[in-house]
Amino acid sequence: MSDLIRKTAAELAGLLASGEVSSVEVTKAHLDRSAAVDKAVHSYLYQNPESALASAAEVDRARAAGEKLGPLAGVPIAVKDNLTTTDAPTTSGSKILEGWIPPYDATVVAKLRAAGLPILGKTNLDEFAMGSSTEFSAYGPSRNPWDLERIPGGSGGGSSSVVSSFQAPLAIGSDTGGSIRFPAAVTGTVGTKPTYGAVSRYGLIALASSLDQVGPVARNVLDTAMLQDVIAGHDPFDSTSLPESLGSMTEAAKKLDIKGMRIGVIKQLSGEGFQAGVTARFNESLNLLANAGADIVEVSCPSFEYAIAAYYLILPAEASSNLAKFDSVRYGMRVEPNENATIERVMAATREAGFGPEVKRRIILGTYALSSGSYDKYYGAALKVRTLIQRDFDAAFAKADVLVSPTGPTTAFKFGDKIDDPLAMYLNDIATIPANLAGIPGMSLPNGLAVEDGLPVGIQLLAPAREDARLYQVGAWLEQAHENIWGKRMIDFAPELEVG
Amino acid sequence: MSEITPDLVRHLAGLARILVTDEEVEHFAQQLSVIAESVATVNKAIDADTPSTSHPIPMFNVFREDVVRPSLTQEQALSGAPDAADGRFKVNAILDEE
Amino acid sequence: MAKAELMNYEMALEQFEVVIGLEVHIELNTKTKMFCGCRNEFGNEPNTNVCPVCIALPGALPAVNKTAVESSIKIGLALGCSIAPTGRFARKNYFYPDLAKNFQTSQYDEPIAFEGSLDVETPSGKVHTVLIERAHMEEDAGKLTHIGGSTGRIQGAEYSLVDYNRAGVPLVEIVTKPVFGAGAEAPELAAAYVRSIREIVKALGVSDARMERGNVRCDANVSLRPHGTEKLGTRTETKNVNSLRSIERAVRYEIQRQAHILANGGTITQETRHWHEDRGATSAGRPKSDADDYRYFPEPDLVPVQPSKELIESLRASLPEKPADRRKRLAADWGFSELEFRDVVNADLLDSIEETVAAGAKPQAARKWWMGELARIANESEEGVVPNITPAQVAELAALVEAGKINDRLAREVLGYVLAGEGSPAEIVAARGLEVVSDDGALIAAINDALAAQPDVIDAIREGRMQAAGAVIGAVMKAMKGSADAARVRELLIEMANK
Ligand SMILES: [Mg+2]
Ligand SMILES: [Zn+2]
Repeated sequence: MSDLIRKTAAELAGLLASGEVSSVEVTKAHLDRSAAVDKAVHSYLYQNPESALASAAEVDRARAAGEKLGPLAGVPIAVKDNLTTTDAPTTSGSKILEGWIPPYDATVVAKLRAAGLPILGKTNLDEFAMGSSTEFSAYGPSRNPWDLERIPGGSGGGSSSVVSSFQAPLAIGSDTGGSIRFPAAVTGTVGTKPTYGAVSRYGLIALASSLDQVGPVARNVLDTAMLQDVIAGHDPFDSTSLPESLGSMTEAAKKLDIKGMRIGVIKQLSGEGFQAGVTARFNESLNLLANAGADIVEVSCPSFEYAIAAYYLILPAEASSNLAKFDSVRYGMRVEPNENATIERVMAATREAGFGPEVKRRIILGTYALSSGSYDKYYGAALKVRTLIQRDFDAAFAKADVLVSPTGPTTAFKFGDKIDDPLAMYLNDIATIPANLAGIPGMSLPNGLAVEDGLPVGIQLLAPAREDARLYQVGAWLEQAHENIWGKRMIDFAPELEVG
Repeated sequence: MSEITPDLVRHLAGLARILVTDEEVEHFAQQLSVIAESVATVNKAIDADTPSTSHPIPMFNVFREDVVRPSLTQEQALSGAPDAADGRFKVNAILDEE
Repeated sequence: MAKAELMNYEMALEQFEVVIGLEVHIELNTKTKMFCGCRNEFGNEPNTNVCPVCIALPGALPAVNKTAVESSIKIGLALGCSIAPTGRFARKNYFYPDLAKNFQTSQYDEPIAFEGSLDVETPSGKVHTVLIERAHMEEDAGKLTHIGGSTGRIQGAEYSLVDYNRAGVPLVEIVTKPVFGAGAEAPELAAAYVRSIREIVKALGVSDARMERGNVRCDANVSLRPHGTEKLGTRTETKNVNSLRSIERAVRYEIQRQAHILANGGTITQETRHWHEDRGATSAGRPKSDADDYRYFPEPDLVPVQPSKELIESLRASLPEKPADRRKRLAADWGFSELEFRDVVNADLLDSIEETVAAGAKPQAARKWWMGELARIANESEEGVVPNITPAQVAELAALVEAGKINDRLAREVLGYVLAGEGSPAEIVAARGLEVVSDDGALIAAINDALAAQPDVIDAIREGRMQAAGAVIGAVMKAMKGSADAARVRELLIEMANK
């Protein structure tokens, strides 16, 4: 195995800048890796080696010509398949969009191209990002490189497995209720959901518009920071895009200083309901932080009890409307139930055939939550709970600079464990959902391995809106502290994948 | 206590333009009843005076200047269409023959 | 389709009180659409003014047109509305192939403008105050063309084609409160109301307001209740009635149709109805049902609009004169009789006459041309609109008559050539040599020829029987193919008789 694939994005950027390697070599190394392992892992829904190598060659040419390049120019990346790309089909993991090639690039994709990151391919996800395991992908699940019998998290299991199986140093994810952070936690990688509006949603196939946020996925905090710096920024095509810059995440990740930082432990997200090994590692990290001079304080967020319920009303409601556009008229699948069927019946038959069961379940639930007579009791009430959750965060952030919790209640579970129990599956998101409801930034980073199963555990950091830099400052410090204790990076404990 | 009846599932699926099989109706009715009961707990947390939050980050007055931007070409616009004719998207008849 | 039975109009009004409600959609004339930078333009090749937003490609997001918001506020202010401190967009969810997202981005419980009123004068001269409930922003849908079947209508079509060029064009929907007390004038009031709205948006410059292009579209709600009762009757909503005359006819028809049903113990179905200009009748559309559950919710992709006081006041300061004030001013300036002025208003010719006067014509001359020959031609045209002639050209024509260069008969001829696109009246007169002959030599020769045939006439005139002159004037005209100056012929005759 080429050692290029085990390097961090920052390391690769250094080698590329000094001319020790070319982007074509780096890109090719990752494509070779995919050829060897992706049959087993199934991170990708689509790869276009020619297009990736052409982008790489272009960066090499520009570098040779002395053109000014961005810090990650030449470092290849994988993109979640719910972002539109003009050179690759975009399906969002659904049969209803099979083979659709968009006539426009998502803003984030355009930024990646402009910054010279060759796009290796499109990664797998639960259909329309609805799920926590990729088991709801219409194209089959992705697998966790730590144990191929286990889920890589979801919905961004393709992006988490692609970086954890060394097929890409970087990936783009999207996070509506934890779809970047939970997969990062169960694959021993790093993922950030930036502040809502920090990264453009233009070209992101919407799940729930008021919750969705695009973010970076990588194998360490610095790489994640560098990627956020590439994709963040105001976009006039996204009316909810923040007008201001949030500063440099890369610089924040280099501070490595947490003295005097107030770290809040959320009472409602610790202890009960969490796997013992997860809790144990979480407490160890609190000690690390305390010993290094951070102030550990307890904060209480009583409304979190209702967060999942509010989330599973807001999400389906918005999704039911966002997914109405898949109607067989302008793109995607068309199913004619019989000759001379009216367009209404064609639409219904197409949506029946094109959507998987979880998507239908949520569309119907969302339709219910918004329907006359139910609105106040369901959707309207959920919007009010959202206010309470924001108030809880406001109070907590008055006492703490950063909040911490385990990212997920468990390590990676086995395929099939929760697939027929929607409520159990939904509970997975208990720690990640509040950040989406409040629009605040959150990061998951490796937090050791659980004693009982030897699988990665994640810790979640949360900061007030627009204070994403704090996540990178604390995250980078904690990552360093873990490496000192464990002797190597957490990802290096992952078993070698059989190549074949 | 099954709040979501099979008939309601059928009605909702109709509103959402999803043709559901009888089997699916039964299955969804069961699952959605459990979920609906669970999510209805939101009402315990709130009262009439609690304000709503529709957008996580409060912002106002985000406008675009009234300036023309390039459109797609007709070919691009129709590139994904299952069926098209005369530069337009083609769909089956809207009304049944009477 | 069986024709509905109608009650005699006067009888219907004896038995029932009419309540109407009007929803008028105004297409704004912004350069771009409501939520994207595509051209807001009529008549282009299908699906060429579209982008990912217009055809609802996955991932596309809306962005609000600032000018459209300002135009909406102007309309609200001109209707005396309050402007909402916070206006919010909402999604109205329903499936239809002309609606790419399968929801319309509209406004629901927080419209940009609310609670206004408009004084509307009916042809009888009575002024009604119509209360405005709200004016809100929304987007237009695409255009469906139905193919196959005999009529080109949706019924019996084999398939339909969708053009999304119009999808996303900014609309302002103006909704009245129920209008009571119009009595027999309800149909005229409905039309006069829409006319007033048109005048307002035209004066504001926010819409081209061309009804024949669908820039102004009206849905008319009609219900009846027995006199003296409180409870509103079941209403019908007649959709997209697209000329002032049709509005009046459709409302009248619905009153007569509903009255017949109610008087015979029947009930009115709450439904949308369609107006058929050709048969002068409405037909049942879709009944209102549970399926009309639009599941409105706040549009998460757009942030609320909070117009500042400064913006509102500056827009208020920019408002043109109110239509009622303008009418008062014009009536005084022009000096028309009350009846003449009202006819002009009802013919929707205020603008044309004002512009013609501004181009130098005398008000009565401008009125004469627009209300006379041009109105006749308009009536005969298919679209019922004033034909392709500019007020400046009409003023030029009037000036030629005024200067005695042409007479009325020639002027009508010239007008025909103007409409045929031959150029301006002066150019046509010059090119075709249509000027009247007032050269005495030519006239006297013609008069002498005429008198030779009718020698008694000179004596008759000498005896003061002037009507006898008519025969000679007619003969001279005929001889000179209409180009004689009749007044001069008369003068010459009198001179000759008195010699
Ligand atoms: Mg409307
Ligand atoms: Zn557009």
